[in-house]
Amino acid sequence: MPVVAETLDAVQSVTQSGYKWGFETAIEMDLAPKGLNEDIIRLISSRKQEPEWLLAWRLKAYAAWCAMTEPVWAKVHHAPIDYQDLHYYAAPKQKAGPRSLDEVDPELLATYEKLGIPLRERAILAGVEGADTRPDVAVDAVFDSVSVATTFRETLRKAGVVFCPISEAVHEVPELVQRYLGSVVPAGDNFFAALNSAVFTDGSFVYIPKGVRCPMELSTYFRINARNTGQFERTLIIADEGSHVSYLEGCTAPMRDENQLHAAVVELVALDDAQIKYSTVQNWYPGDANGRGGIYNFVTKRGACRGARSKISWTQVETGSAITWKYPSCILQGDDSVGEFYSVAVTNNHQQADTGTKMIHIGRNTRSTIVSKGISAGQSNNTYRGLVRIMPKAHGARNHTQCDSLLIGDRCGAHTVPYIESRNPSGRVEHEATTSKIAEDQLFYCRQRGLSEEDAVGLIVNGFCKDVLKELPMEFAVEAQKLLSVSLEGSVG
Amino acid sequence: MTAMLTIRDLHAEIEDKPILRGVSLTVPAGEVHAIMGPNGSGKSTLSYVLSGRDDYAVTGGEVLFDGRDLLAMEPEERAVAGLFLAFQAPVELPGVGNANFLRTALNAQRRARGEAEIDAVRFLKLAREAARRLAMPEDMLKRNVNVGFSGGEKKRNEMLQMVLLQPRFAILDETDSGLDIDALKIVADGVNGLRAPGFSALVITHHQRLLELIVPDRVHVLVRGQIVRSGGPDLARELEVSGYGAVIREAAA
Repeated sequence: MPVVAETLDAVQSVTQSGYKWGFETAIEMDLAPKGLNEDIIRLISSRKQEPEWLLAWRLKAYAAWCAMTEPVWAKVHHAPIDYQDLHYYAAPKQKAGPRSLDEVDPELLATYEKLGIPLRERAILAGVEGADTRPDVAVDAVFDSVSVATTFRETLRKAGVVFCPISEAVHEVPELVQRYLGSVVPAGDNFFAALNSAVFTDGSFVYIPKGVRCPMELSTYFRINARNTGQFERTLIIADEGSHVSYLEGCTAPMRDENQLHAAVVELVALDDAQIKYSTVQNWYPGDANGRGGIYNFVTKRGACRGARSKISWTQVETGSAITWKYPSCILQGDDSVGEFYSVAVTNNHQQADTGTKMIHIGRNTRSTIVSKGISAGQSNNTYRGLVRIMPKAHGARNHTQCDSLLIGDRCGAHTVPYIESRNPSGRVEHEATTSKIAEDQLFYCRQRGLSEEDAVGLIVNGFCKDVLKELPMEFAVEAQKLLSVSLEGSVG
Repeated sequence: MTAMLTIRDLHAEIEDKPILRGVSLTVPAGEVHAIMGPNGSGKSTLSYVLSGRDDYAVTGGEVLFDGRDLLAMEPEERAVAGLFLAFQAPVELPGVGNANFLRTALNAQRRARGEAEIDAVRFLKLAREAARRLAMPEDMLKRNVNVGFSGGEKKRNEMLQMVLLQPRFAILDETDSGLDIDALKIVADGVNGLRAPGFSALVITHHQRLLELIVPDRVHVLVRGQIVRSGGPDLARELEVSGYGAVIREAAA
């Protein structure tokens, strides 16, 4: 069976009801003691055999973090997080660095299989793919703190593309990592980014050389498994002049009563004429119907369009997490550069999402588009928070923002908080916003045609999100549609 | 003759306001019945109550559909059983492609009846044929459900759905209102094309224009929530000439 079809089948089979990714993998873990201090950071750095500069960078970030306090401006509420009660390093125990899938713990492979993630390079190499013409997808799988497998590395290497765990990139392409790490999201950027910079353990690294179109979709699947563990992954993607890449991340976690912390940083760099498309399907465990458990998702994602005519496009489908706090942003430095943000955020039960984007127009004729679709159900709260800033030299800059909210039921909330700052009179900024409820007559119309109430909600919601879903790579659009329906199960009636 | 739909002394209200006050009506299998009546007489309420819209509270009476208790069924169960309502004001579904919606609906019904689903390719072929028969431009299949459709297009789209879903019992709620004569013919062709011993319909209308094209077996006049008179196709013509006034006075007398 083709890899993609297999993935979709797996997704289909797990999306029948509720959160089906909530299982736990019984696997022996290498855990650092709980707590955060310089020794723990040194331990992480030594486990990864990092160069001195990186340790120094981490320690500087830690010092900055110690002087910071948690931000409180987002419209989310949670019990205080005890940062000393977490493990900052958790890795499946195995011989150092699996070089191929055969060396990976079968329990882990089984886990990813259950999740429906195609880690099937073996089968493909063995020719099982046959005449399949669907595009392949290269996958980096990150389990708790470490990357356990990256597929298609050879194929990519032939194209000159580097796609590997960032912990390996530190050794294999140190000059690139040192040059770009923290260049978009500085170590002391904000509370959660500083924490991540101090303790990040793994994540994906991508470098696309000049003029290269990455021959396949790249993707990373993040899985939190260990108890009382924070996940702090760090992703760095560099698209050199004239290159193109499309990258997708997916995330799941076991169902647990306690909350788990996830604080990732993603940095994108696009040089002249380069294009990066970054898509996220975030489905961390959202907590149960009463709001118990779930992931706290505090993420800093930022892309720099450094080069002229470069383009960075963020697409996100956020259905999981108890709390989502993320604002994938674009710094439009290069003249004529383009930033895009397409977002669907679904909250149900007691979920809270405060998400949006920042478009910072610096170069001339820079353009940005924001399309945000927020769907709230149950007793959840869903906030769009966005900033569009036109700097004095951004002559001819343009932005168009469309923010739509859909309410299901009468106990949820939708909020839109747009900030617009224009310091150049030639800048043009447009903001449109709508709020609607799924109308009874729409539901009845669908049901009169034979759809169940839940299928009707799924159909209407998918229609509402179409402008965003069509931005997703085809293979994942179907997955995302199913996720939307699953996330809203039980939201009507 | 077996009755497909039997309504006995049906009472229904909305927001405590009685609308239907004892409607009784039997539609045998294979027959088309028309319901006429002045505005506010309860015609649309009857169509909504039969299709299961929950804004309406049934306060008395019963409805049997093929011998089953229709009022105990969910709206989608009624659809699966073969009941179709052509809406007076079809609803817009932004972002939902018309063809996708139709196929989803058709397959939902087929699944519920234990029939095999129809794949996208075959469905599209069926839908195109049906659209052609209804003189609908093909791009109506690609557009979002009823979004930006003209009044006439919406009504034709209802007919397209009816033709594809192949109901056993269709209720047309003033499908003719606001239509020109060409569009009327298309609607009539849609219904007449389905006429068969196993198909029945209830055509709700103000005008006998449509009933010239869909000749009903029976005509019922609904006034203030009750059927005050029933007759053959001639009754529609008579009403066109004399208006409802005479019938209402007669009923009150």
